[in-house]
Amino acid sequence: MTDVRPADQPPEGTPSRPGRAKALPWGAPSPGPRAGYLPVLWGMALRDLRVLRRNFAPFATRTVMNPLLFVFVFTYVFPRIGQTFQPGPIGVSYATIVVPGLVAVGMVFTGISAVALPLSLELGGTREIEDRVLAPVPVELVAIEKLVVGALQGVIGGLVVFPLVYFVPATPVSIHVASWPLLLVVVLLAGLTAGALGLMLGTIVRPQQIGLMFAVVVVPITFLGCVYYPWALLHSIPWLQGLVLLNPLVYMSEGLRAALTPDLPHMHPVAFLSALALATAVLGTIGVRAFVRRTLS
Amino acid sequence: MPDLPALSITGLTKRYPGPPPIMAVDGLDLEVRPGEIFALLGPNGAGKTTTVGVSTTRVRPTAGMVQVGGLDVVRDPAGVKRRIGVVTQYNTLDRSCTVRENLYYHCRYFGYSGPDARRRSDELLAQFKLTDRGEGMAATLSGGLAQRVQIARAIAHRPGMLFLDEPTAGLDPQSRLALWELVTGLRAEGITVLLTTHYMEEADRLSDRVAIIDHGRVLVTGTPAELKRGIGAETVIEVHVERPGAEFRQVVSALSSVREAQPMATGLRVLAHSREGLLPRLVEAALPYGLRDIAVHEPTLETVFIQLTGRELRD
Repeated sequence: MTDVRPADQPPEGTPSRPGRAKALPWGAPSPGPRAGYLPVLWGMALRDLRVLRRNFAPFATRTVMNPLLFVFVFTYVFPRIGQTFQPGPIGVSYATIVVPGLVAVGMVFTGISAVALPLSLELGGTREIEDRVLAPVPVELVAIEKLVVGALQGVIGGLVVFPLVYFVPATPVSIHVASWPLLLVVVLLAGLTAGALGLMLGTIVRPQQIGLMFAVVVVPITFLGCVYYPWALLHSIPWLQGLVLLNPLVYMSEGLRAALTPDLPHMHPVAFLSALALATAVLGTIGVRAFVRRTLS
Repeated sequence: MPDLPALSITGLTKRYPGPPPIMAVDGLDLEVRPGEIFALLGPNGAGKTTTVGVSTTRVRPTAGMVQVGGLDVVRDPAGVKRRIGVVTQYNTLDRSCTVRENLYYHCRYFGYSGPDARRRSDELLAQFKLTDRGEGMAATLSGGLAQRVQIARAIAHRPGMLFLDEPTAGLDPQSRLALWELVTGLRAEGITVLLTTHYMEEADRLSDRVAIIDHGRVLVTGTPAELKRGIGAETVIEVHVERPGAEFRQVVSALSSVREAQPMATGLRVLAHSREGLLPRLVEAALPYGLRDIAVHEPTLETVFIQLTGRELRD
């Protein structure tokens, strides 16, 4: 991030003045009533949330469909028709195992559908992004705004999924939060990871490739994201246990597992928290750079 | 007070690495004065859009310097963006939002508070006769209306300078006229306008001054009247014949009051000092070559372009 200059930013509540104190002989210099970057980015966030509110029904439908059908078939229908997964030596219902993972999938899926899809179209098709690229802030910040609002949308996506996976299963789901601060930090970092993933995919995937992206990116990271099984149980397939560590969803699932079902095997908090922070930084940096490359030539 | 140019471009060069590499702008100099409507006239591919792109901070120059109101576009892009409004070639309205929201959020992007942004949106809707369209989705607007909303949005934060890139391309004649009226009206607000166009009539009708550009360079700058006077001809007569050729051109060039006879595919374009008595003599000279048609008009910016480049604007 080379161009972010917080030094330019007047403290909150500073009376309005242009960024440079040079009087212009023509027109009125035109910062709004308040100068500085924060109000600008806040305006963009308000716009994104307005669009989210307007499109909430399709947004929620897209987010819940996959987890809803999953819990319905595997944790409602299966037990009733006499089919069950044996969760092994853990001694809890399968429904309990999948709750954290499906919430994590809800977050990632939201990051992709609420950030990556519209962004891909705005950058590659309609050029709608121009109006925000022309807002008086460094272009990098426009991308970071997308990431942060994506994180918030990811958290909303997770919250939408949670009641489904909690109430639909026929077998008991046992959730207990041992540490609220841990849950809070995990949700925050998982949201940021989802937002960063959405930003990265939205900036590098062309509109024509969206279908391909689902096949090549979304489906594999979901199935190999330790959503349907705890990471520790993969120890019998060592190469896979190592390979999935490249998948950011693994750390979201494991983090939520540690926070919501602490009695199940899960990674050490230091491991998933630092991995989530790293994933946000790496995906976010790639996304911001690609965003700048796409908007400035 | 020193007369700081609204826009000053010195030695601007933009080379796209390609492949194939393209020299979009090649040492372009330009100065737009405060308060004027300035047109960049040139054929497609002349470098107009790239010039606007650099001036509006969206394209990085390869070389040269561009300043808007004294601010450097490379060193202080955010400061420049605060002072300009931009309407690009494409409809970039936010399609997920209503017309009113397009204006409202644009104001928010420029630091307006909620109430201020609401007030300004209402004002713009009224000024641009869009009040009854305010709640419609931007995605449903026709070309002419969308363009009107884009201009309203571009000046919402009261910029000192407005860039219009091919503002009437693809519009029907009626919408084009309405848009011209609107742009002329902006003068009253003291906004400096730089517009690009490949319609010579648009440059002629709208602008105080015109720069004709081709292959990324400015060929000539002046008021439309100055440029047309510069041709040194009062009348342009196009003579179409069946057998054009060097001999026909020689015959016509020899006629008195003919300043220049430029070859066209189907005849000659005759620049003349006066048309007094010329027309009958031209007809007489053209008859042996199979006269088909003859058209008389005053010099236009197109004539200027042809004289400078030997090509027509819309090749």
